[in-house]
Amino acid sequence: MSQATIDADAKPESLGVGADHPDYLRADSGLRSWLLTKDHKRIALMFYVGVILFLGLGGVFALVLRTELLTPEQTFIDANTYNQMFTLHGITMVWLFMIPAIPTVFGNFVLPIMLGAKDLAFPRINLASFYVYVLSAIILLGAMLAGGADTGWTFYVPYSTTSPTAVTWMGIGIFVNGISSIMTSVNFIVTTHTMRAKGMSWHRMPLFVWASYATSIIILFATPVLGMSLVLIALDHALGLTLFNPRYGGDPVLFQHLFWFYSHPAVYIMILPAFGVISEVVCSFSHNKPASYRAIAYSSLGIAFIGFFTWGHHMFVAGLSEFDAGVFGALSMFVGIFSAIKVFTWVATLRGGSISFATPMLYFLWFLFLFVFGGMTGVAVATQSLDVHWHDTYFVVAHFHFIMVGGTLTSFLAGAHYWFPKMFGRLYDERVGLLTSVAVFIGFVFTFLPQFLLGNGGMPRRYFTYPERYQWLNVLSTGGAWLLGAGLILALGNLLVALKWGKRAGPNPWGSRSFEWITASPPSKHNFEETPEIERSAYEYTLSEEVARERAKAR
Amino acid sequence: MNELLRRILFLPRQASTIAEEIDKLHYFVIIITMGGALLVTLIGGWFLFRYRRTAVQKDPSRRMPEATPAIWLEAVVVVGLFGMFILWWVIGFWQFMAIRVPPENALEIYVTGKQWMWKFAYPQGANSIATLYVPAGRPVKLILTSRDVIHSFFVPDFRLKQDVLPGRLTTLWFEAKEPGRHDILCTEYCGVSHSTMRGEVIALAPEEYERWLQGKSPAPAVAGPVDLRPSSVTDYAPPELVSMVRQGERAAAEHGCLRCHTLDGTPHLGPTWAGLYGTTIRLEDGGSVKVDEAYITESMMDPLARIHAGYQRIMPSYLGQIRPAETSAIIELMKSLRDVRPKPGAQAPWGTVTVPETREGGQ
Repeated sequence: MSQATIDADAKPESLGVGADHPDYLRADSGLRSWLLTKDHKRIALMFYVGVILFLGLGGVFALVLRTELLTPEQTFIDANTYNQMFTLHGITMVWLFMIPAIPTVFGNFVLPIMLGAKDLAFPRINLASFYVYVLSAIILLGAMLAGGADTGWTFYVPYSTTSPTAVTWMGIGIFVNGISSIMTSVNFIVTTHTMRAKGMSWHRMPLFVWASYATSIIILFATPVLGMSLVLIALDHALGLTLFNPRYGGDPVLFQHLFWFYSHPAVYIMILPAFGVISEVVCSFSHNKPASYRAIAYSSLGIAFIGFFTWGHHMFVAGLSEFDAGVFGALSMFVGIFSAIKVFTWVATLRGGSISFATPMLYFLWFLFLFVFGGMTGVAVATQSLDVHWHDTYFVVAHFHFIMVGGTLTSFLAGAHYWFPKMFGRLYDERVGLLTSVAVFIGFVFTFLPQFLLGNGGMPRRYFTYPERYQWLNVLSTGGAWLLGAGLILALGNLLVALKWGKRAGPNPWGSRSFEWITASPPSKHNFEETPEIERSAYEYTLSEEVARERAKAR
Repeated sequence: MNELLRRILFLPRQASTIAEEIDKLHYFVIIITMGGALLVTLIGGWFLFRYRRTAVQKDPSRRMPEATPAIWLEAVVVVGLFGMFILWWVIGFWQFMAIRVPPENALEIYVTGKQWMWKFAYPQGANSIATLYVPAGRPVKLILTSRDVIHSFFVPDFRLKQDVLPGRLTTLWFEAKEPGRHDILCTEYCGVSHSTMRGEVIALAPEEYERWLQGKSPAPAVAGPVDLRPSSVTDYAPPELVSMVRQGERAAAEHGCLRCHTLDGTPHLGPTWAGLYGTTIRLEDGGSVKVDEAYITESMMDPLARIHAGYQRIMPSYLGQIRPAETSAIIELMKSLRDVRPKPGAQAPWGTVTVPETREGGQ
């Protein structure tokens, strides 16, 4: 059973392109060769370690929160600590895990190989973006130790400017983090435009590249606005500039506009790369071309575009005019349409395929349910009269965790298993992979489904204590959170064990036609000796193995 | 059907005139959402099963790599879905306008949010803290503002919510269907005690409301949810004889004193009452004062006159808010706590929250 995923049709005659050279892990040795590397694959691995660490840290914060909420009154931490915890959970998960996770790890690793390039367009900027990320993490960790923050990740004024915590340094940390994101996104955009292999037209690129490209565009346009807003907050907090203080003519709602102008598109920064991973996984494991390549590719661009015009739906009860609320509500529905197009296309891709049911595919099945349900509840909260009740309650918490955890984290795990053989040249244990995936799903559902009901019942978010009638749903949610945590640790353990003891993978264990799989696993230091010549798209499963290889000539 | 779905979805009571209509849209939207997610997953799961590799290898006719995908079907579904979204939007916007535009004849009440209590002022002169009295069966328009940071006024039973902003007046209107008691929760994070910034709407029969406005106590003939917090005790004499100390506890809870002052010596925003009475404390402007009846009364009526050193100037005045009998009951309560030893460190405040308004006042 654990062998079922190995493609029976594929008889790897060759070991993949570059197999006669030492792979990128062994090409150079010594700490220095890692810390100063300009190899996109090594930088991706360093990011991998970073984002996993912060996923763990953010997860610990989450478990502290959930454990505190076991009882309606104080359980084991005080209100101040609780308020710090949900803030740190948000900041760590959003900026140190979610936003960088898929682009900097899988994007950095596979995007240049998918395009047939030896590296990203600006390898030095790529390395710099890692160190800027580390710097931002150090600043944020320092700020957490030196007073933390208790504002929530949203930093709403005037509370954030008067909070006695280290808001200034948090703002600076996130600003620096934004620079790192921008560096990566510029690199992706330029690489996609200029480094494609011979014959690699835009419509032959793997869909993951389209998704990364759309993400990079959002990062490039939205992040400066966040940086600017947080600089204003930091200055206001440190120097008392009173920029948003109504007493001196400021407007606290203006900050919300600025914040959500970034932070709503930021949600798509977090989910679009996940769409890219899912597209790759679906096509590779069903051995089918996407039901409509263009529908998936263009809907990413559609989301990237329309995502800039929906921020007002966070503010229906914040003091927005009724007319504005109506416009923002209607525009928000379009995101649902683009997402629906993607979902239908993925499902249609399965039809008539030859599907091997490996762990990434199981994650795709969970993704399908969680993302559709989470996404539809997004349309529900964009419906104004319903949002009045749901706004700032646990319903909203459940909604975005369905998208962020159910969508992005699930896809991150799918990607982690899918590209594991490519990155490390070994196979993980399929049986354990499937089991941990089930644990993650059950844990997730128990954590977040009750939160929808809590929100319906009217429990506001960011509540340290709560009326007793909400208790048993909270207990259910906490139990689910512990199970989810355990599932994630086991999934990580499975991959770590496979690093050393996993069976050797061939260059293309899933029988994929996407271009990163024509290289050896793990790839050699420079991926290709010379630029490949591409005469087919990334999803030509009707061609025989030989013809497919013939049409993607690489050395 | 309405009642069944309401309970399955854990929705609170439908106590305002608009609640049931909003819930109906809620059922429509959530059933489609749940059904849609299940349908997509089932179809996906069916494909995963039917086109699994082992089956396809046995029966190669299932494999259709060249099949033209049914784009027309997808187009129909997407357009249909879009139509449904637009329908939701139309109904939702319609309802939203109904929520937002108060009727002409609405009764007006002014609401002020501050860290961490709600204050209500009536044009007729009455006012109250934490408890909002309204007549049932009559539209009420709230005019809300905040003294410090952003709060949000939320009554789940009414399906209504409105952010409360400093330097801005926002409005919210509702009509309670019948007499009853309903929670008020703050839903915009506003600092350390955000989750205790709760209150209560008490809808009274119109004639009782008139009596209350004139300062005559209403009969407590209102029903509330079974798990209502005990802090919102009614402010008239209890039916059975209760000690002054017990009355003081009730009054302190009701007027929100215990949101900042503790009885067991735990450090909090205001000085703890444990072991406070009879001691001599240092004042902010130097000097010292003995904590006796006079000082306590002064601190309730004019809190900023003489501030305990080390504490923020955040206490509101209770002048005209609190009845003389309650003042003495609270003093009795503090007397009863004079021998309670405060926990170590209790003399220093626990929350050091800077309130923008008092920032200037402090200089």
